[in-house]
Amino acid sequence: MTKRFLLGLFLALGLLCGAYAAGGGVTLDKFPAERVTNLPALQNGARLFVNYCLNCHSANYMRYNRMRDIGLSDEQIKNNLMFAAKKIGDPMTITLDPVQAKDFFGAAPPDLTVVARSRAGNGGSGADYLYTYMRTFYRDDSTITGWNNLTFPNAAMPHVLWELQGQQRAVFSTEKDAHDPSKSHAVFKGFEVATEGKLNSTEYSLPSADLVAFMQWMSEPHQGQRVRLGVFVLLFLAVFTVIAWRLNAAYWKDVK
Amino acid sequence: MAEFKQAPAGASAAEQAMTWVDNRFPATKMYKEHMSEYYAPKAQNFWYFFGSLALLVLVIQIVTGIFLVMHYKPDAALAFASVEYIMRDVPWGWLIRYMHSTGASAFFIVVYLHMWRGLIYGSYQKPRELIWIFGVAIFLCLMAEAFMGYLLPWGQMSFWGAQVIINLFAAIPFIGPDLALLIRGDYVVGDATLNRFFAFHVIAVPLVLIGLVVAHIIALHEVGSNNPDGVEIKEKKDPKTGIPLDGIPFHPYYTVHDLIGVGVFLMIFSAIVFFAPEMGGYFLEYNNFIPADALKTPAHIAPVWYFTPYYSMLRAVTDQMVNVFAVIVALGAVLAVLKGGLAGKWKVAVLVAALVVIALLKTFDAKFWGVVVMGVAVMVLFPLPWLDRSPVKSIRYRPGWNKWLYGIFVVNFLVLGYLGIKPPSDIGTLVSQIGTLFYFGFFLLMPWWSRIGTFKPVPERVTFHAH
Repeated sequence: MTKRFLLGLFLALGLLCGAYAAGGGVTLDKFPAERVTNLPALQNGARLFVNYCLNCHSANYMRYNRMRDIGLSDEQIKNNLMFAAKKIGDPMTITLDPVQAKDFFGAAPPDLTVVARSRAGNGGSGADYLYTYMRTFYRDDSTITGWNNLTFPNAAMPHVLWELQGQQRAVFSTEKDAHDPSKSHAVFKGFEVATEGKLNSTEYSLPSADLVAFMQWMSEPHQGQRVRLGVFVLLFLAVFTVIAWRLNAAYWKDVK
Repeated sequence: MAEFKQAPAGASAAEQAMTWVDNRFPATKMYKEHMSEYYAPKAQNFWYFFGSLALLVLVIQIVTGIFLVMHYKPDAALAFASVEYIMRDVPWGWLIRYMHSTGASAFFIVVYLHMWRGLIYGSYQKPRELIWIFGVAIFLCLMAEAFMGYLLPWGQMSFWGAQVIINLFAAIPFIGPDLALLIRGDYVVGDATLNRFFAFHVIAVPLVLIGLVVAHIIALHEVGSNNPDGVEIKEKKDPKTGIPLDGIPFHPYYTVHDLIGVGVFLMIFSAIVFFAPEMGGYFLEYNNFIPADALKTPAHIAPVWYFTPYYSMLRAVTDQMVNVFAVIVALGAVLAVLKGGLAGKWKVAVLVAALVVIALLKTFDAKFWGVVVMGVAVMVLFPLPWLDRSPVKSIRYRPGWNKWLYGIFVVNFLVLGYLGIKPPSDIGTLVSQIGTLFYFGFFLLMPWWSRIGTFKPVPERVTFHAH
């Protein structure tokens, strides 16, 4: 009876935690997680990353030759992905001065090595956040860059993949606050296409997914190895535990 | 000095070597005292796994810690990058680091369960008071160790968590600001703080911790282990051998028994290390993947989960709560004077003391009292052996309603922990205030409630069902 009551309390607590975790701002799109284990997707992501991101953003903790792990040879990395760095073991640094960058954009562009891990917990994984972020840029004449973002409102970053996605506008409608009729706020209704890009909206989800897949992989290059090894470790421990259990029973069987 | 012994004629080389050693160091004697002839009660259940598991986690933390220190750089400009270097460039560095970060949380889980075992089976009662006191000291050390270790990755949560907690010390009247300065080594958390925390984390606190663990185990082996029945097995000995009837040699019986615990524990531990090292942001907070930035305060700063029950109690102390404390002190004093059966001058002393306490409560800031409450919440564990006046040890033979009380105590502790993770809210503050009063009521009123009710008869021998 006591146990059942306490179990009930635990469950109630669990539900409360769940309800709390579900709260949040923009609903994040689900990042297609299988892209992180897809080598061509990661290689495409690497190409997009060094071409579109690695001019303003650094990835200081990431070495170029780590990309061997996504199936690239040193030659391929040197010829296609290294523009400024000299040695294959160099980290992905940039020459942009952070003080100047702050002047240009209003905020220095953050290092992107582990950004996918730091953006988790906003109602999805870090990859979900970045995937949604990369697809919710819209034209906004009121900002300095002329761009705004639905996932990260007033982001200092302009839309770097606009040539691919094209330009979209956000449609807002003004609605009265449900609790306070004197106030009203803008409610997002949807995007409308302003100018077409090289890709249509379905096609665009692929490069943005590949880019995010690369950033997700880069944030923890050993994540695949970690999971694969974990399976064997757990299998070993399961066998170990069974042996320990039987060994214990053998020792204790004569204890009266 | 003991006499020199001679190995029997025809003894093997190993036996002769052991005799040589034993004549100079009590190796065999210690092995017998602590392993093969240390008699532990037969009927220990799964709750007794957590002591040996705590030792295992301590070893994991020390060994992984040594390898981390080989690559970690305690420098505010390099620390964050050196951790990422360990995570990606040091061979197997990621595994060592995840074992250490998961080990920190695992340590608290195991220790909380170990303390809970002591609580429900009365393992702190006579003659085990010192074991308990050493244990609480270990818990305190562990908190210091975890707090200082958390600064080392030099992420946003490391920085701001340390900032918030160190600033709490500044709330102490008179010496507070200087004390906070001494802890920080600077006016803000910075390189000096990182360096001294590193020194404490890798040298000072682990030394004390290991010393206390040794004292904890020596004290335990002096008086013997408790059991779920709370029966003293040394009272019923075999008249011929002098061995407790309900005792069994620790080695091999409990070493093989604890191996099961180790297996199950390592499965859970490895599942976290390999499949969810961040544990949903509780073991490794997401914000800590952003380098520390003194100019950007995160929207919500919460300590790591294992501190949150105490953090909740700290936040529960508002001005209103201080008034509640004042009323409780006044009521307690009046009750002591009316019902305490004290002599005249003691009655006056109680009233004067109560007035002084109330005056102090109203003099200093509620923030300071919050810090006091947080500290006392841990310190109140020290006198537990003397707060508990129950004639029996184990919850099995205490009045039935005690089970409810202990159950609510756990749920209350978990609720406080949950509220400590969340940003403050009106309802949350109210619940944590009630929870704080319950927590302290549980311990401080124990001298009275632990005596009430009908106790069941304690059996003469432990309840043991053969396997």
